[in-house]
Amino acid sequence: MAKLNLNRVEMPRQEPKVRGKNFNEVALGYSLEQAKEEASRCIQCPKRPCTEGCPVNVEIPDFIKAINDGDMPEAVRILKSKNALPGICGRVCPQETQCEATCSLAKKEAPIAIGRLERFVADWERANMPKAKSPSPKPKSGGKRVAVVGSGPAGLTAAADLAKMGHSVTIFEALHVAGGVLMYGIPQFRLPKEIVQAEVDYVASLGVKIELDSVVGKLVTIDELLNNGYQAVFLGTGAGLPMFLNIPGENLNGIYSANEFLTRVNLMKAYRFPEYDTPVKIGKKVAVIGGGNVAMDSARCALRLGADEVYIVYRRSEEEMPARREEVENAKEEGIQFKLLTNPKQFLGDKQNWVVGMECYEMELGEPDESGRRRPVVKPGSEFVIDVDEVIVALGTTPNPLIASTTPGLETTKHGTVVADEETGKTKKDKVWAGGDIVTGAATVISAMGAGKLATADIDKFLRG
Amino acid sequence: MYEILLKQDLVPNIHLFKVVAPAVAKKAKPGQFVVVRIDEKGERIPLTVADWDEKEGSVTIVFMEVGTTTARLALLKAGNSIADFVGPLGLPTHIEKFGTVVCVAGGVGAAPIAPIAWALKKAGNKIISILGARSKDLLFWEDKLRRVSDQLIVTTDDGTYGRKGVVTEPLKELLASGEKVDQVISIGPVVMMKFCAKTTEPFGVKTIVSLNPIMVDGTGMCGCCRVAVGGKTKFACVDGPDFDGHQVDWDLLSARQRIYLDEEKCSFEQWQRNVHPEVKAHGKAKS
Repeated sequence: MAKLNLNRVEMPRQEPKVRGKNFNEVALGYSLEQAKEEASRCIQCPKRPCTEGCPVNVEIPDFIKAINDGDMPEAVRILKSKNALPGICGRVCPQETQCEATCSLAKKEAPIAIGRLERFVADWERANMPKAKSPSPKPKSGGKRVAVVGSGPAGLTAAADLAKMGHSVTIFEALHVAGGVLMYGIPQFRLPKEIVQAEVDYVASLGVKIELDSVVGKLVTIDELLNNGYQAVFLGTGAGLPMFLNIPGENLNGIYSANEFLTRVNLMKAYRFPEYDTPVKIGKKVAVIGGGNVAMDSARCALRLGADEVYIVYRRSEEEMPARREEVENAKEEGIQFKLLTNPKQFLGDKQNWVVGMECYEMELGEPDESGRRRPVVKPGSEFVIDVDEVIVALGTTPNPLIASTTPGLETTKHGTVVADEETGKTKKDKVWAGGDIVTGAATVISAMGAGKLATADIDKFLRG
Repeated sequence: MYEILLKQDLVPNIHLFKVVAPAVAKKAKPGQFVVVRIDEKGERIPLTVADWDEKEGSVTIVFMEVGTTTARLALLKAGNSIADFVGPLGLPTHIEKFGTVVCVAGGVGAAPIAPIAWALKKAGNKIISILGARSKDLLFWEDKLRRVSDQLIVTTDDGTYGRKGVVTEPLKELLASGEKVDQVISIGPVVMMKFCAKTTEPFGVKTIVSLNPIMVDGTGMCGCCRVAVGGKTKFACVDGPDFDGHQVDWDLLSARQRIYLDEEKCSFEQWQRNVHPEVKAHGKAKS
């Protein structure tokens, strides 16, 4: 961890050897003393670049000052006035490229650990102010009703903000719990489900109704919602469709999409099988294809389930990996092996259709491609075989076509994302807004929340207009 | 929670639940399925709808006891509730006037094929049904299928009722007899659907099968249910569950259904060890 500046107060974590065998949270959080010490480093600069760097514009210097003053309830109030999900954001936001990147101290020494402080405030509230006090309800906007489709970060944020504005909000969620990717995707050891549930409960405490088991597009369509008493609809259905490599052998037994693997482990709690009914295969040699956060999560889950060896197989070099630095370091510390500049050509199976190996190419980096990263190119004749008995494909996701295909007038791109105004989230369809991964393709929790926030301002204007 | 209005034991190991789910009842169409989760610790399993009643607000499912989840389901009674009942999922069966349609049902497949047969009948088709079971005491809904069918053939593997043998024999005879068959629909165990498709292939009669691979979410999110159809990977939950039986890679489907055999055994044995004494008594009383 040489990259972290010593000027920052370190956050205690479980030892790699210990945590590689359990699903408990890796990072343990600050104590009050540690939080105060870190907060005291903030110079309270007048330009407040951190707030600008935050997609939901949390008044960061103010809540840090409240911590420094020892006024925790005030810190909670400031934080939650802009962010309904601080316990989640404090854990999974890429602060290093957002608020912390713009911190005035970043140029000189280590930036303030804003994420750790945010997490501390959220955890302090959960421990010390168990009954989340609802903000005083604002006047109702004349009985206006809004349907929010999807209860992931975008949907929860939009719902919370709209409820605070006085609107009557119902969330429709396809799965049996609310939270979307926060529940099914991100593992327990990085984002405990109890914290997600507490923040979902907070949103519900604002008066938001949550309808679970409700697959919009099947059970009810967007037009039916609009014709049955909803004046506006916000789509926050994310990017839930897994991408595969489309190479030979991909349907062999033991090959999972990361979505399936993580859903089994996180949502269905397969790590507690057979206490929980849903199983997941536990491989001895597991290859995870991809270099993003989802790949790191999958690899670290496979390790915790008991795999002997877990490989990250990525076609570029470590420099181009889209995963957060911190997650790559965590994975390495735990013993995940990185097979870089390696790309699968085909999967090899046995007679019972089980995967037993993966033929790969060695890659080298060529000229930069449209993403600005150097394009990986196959080294001719470089094929070699890696023995594996489980593969997790973590190449990314695209939006589920279910809603677009059942909603006339909703314009989509060739990538399946919904076309929406960047400033307002307004789609091409009357009374329908969208935000988060359904618009941008797979991105981050906080950017989805930011999109949810932008849309709510415009929805509010429309409802009051 | 979704309340069970009515429970019927159709045969010793196949049960019917009528479940209160008004929104699903309003939208359900023949061939679609629901995903059911019993409780907090349960898995999500897909079950094709067998009937629905919009007025009553109920949806009927029929399931066979094959593992932990279905054995646990079988212990529920009218008045009990199921945690989750999600649907209607998947694409409905394509219904139009084809002419003559042969509906082939094996075992528990009699339940999902009934509403399909009715819809085809209403669309003006002549319906010939072939209903097969291993034995007489595993046969159900003969009466229902007889009512919708212009002709019904019943087979049992052991000859205890109807014609002795498997469903593909009368199917082949029918096709060979010169009867003009415009479409075949086959629902039942994988091996039965596979051989129905193999039987009709030489006659060039389009054969629709309803696939039931392992699923988790049932909405296209996980890809667990992927099947190969015509050389292309499809998700049964959103692209199906109906597919052209002549295009399905049956060996792959069979192999993928065996992924969790070990875990299923482990789970079932654990469940049997842990079941409450009264459940054991119940189980004994049943046998």
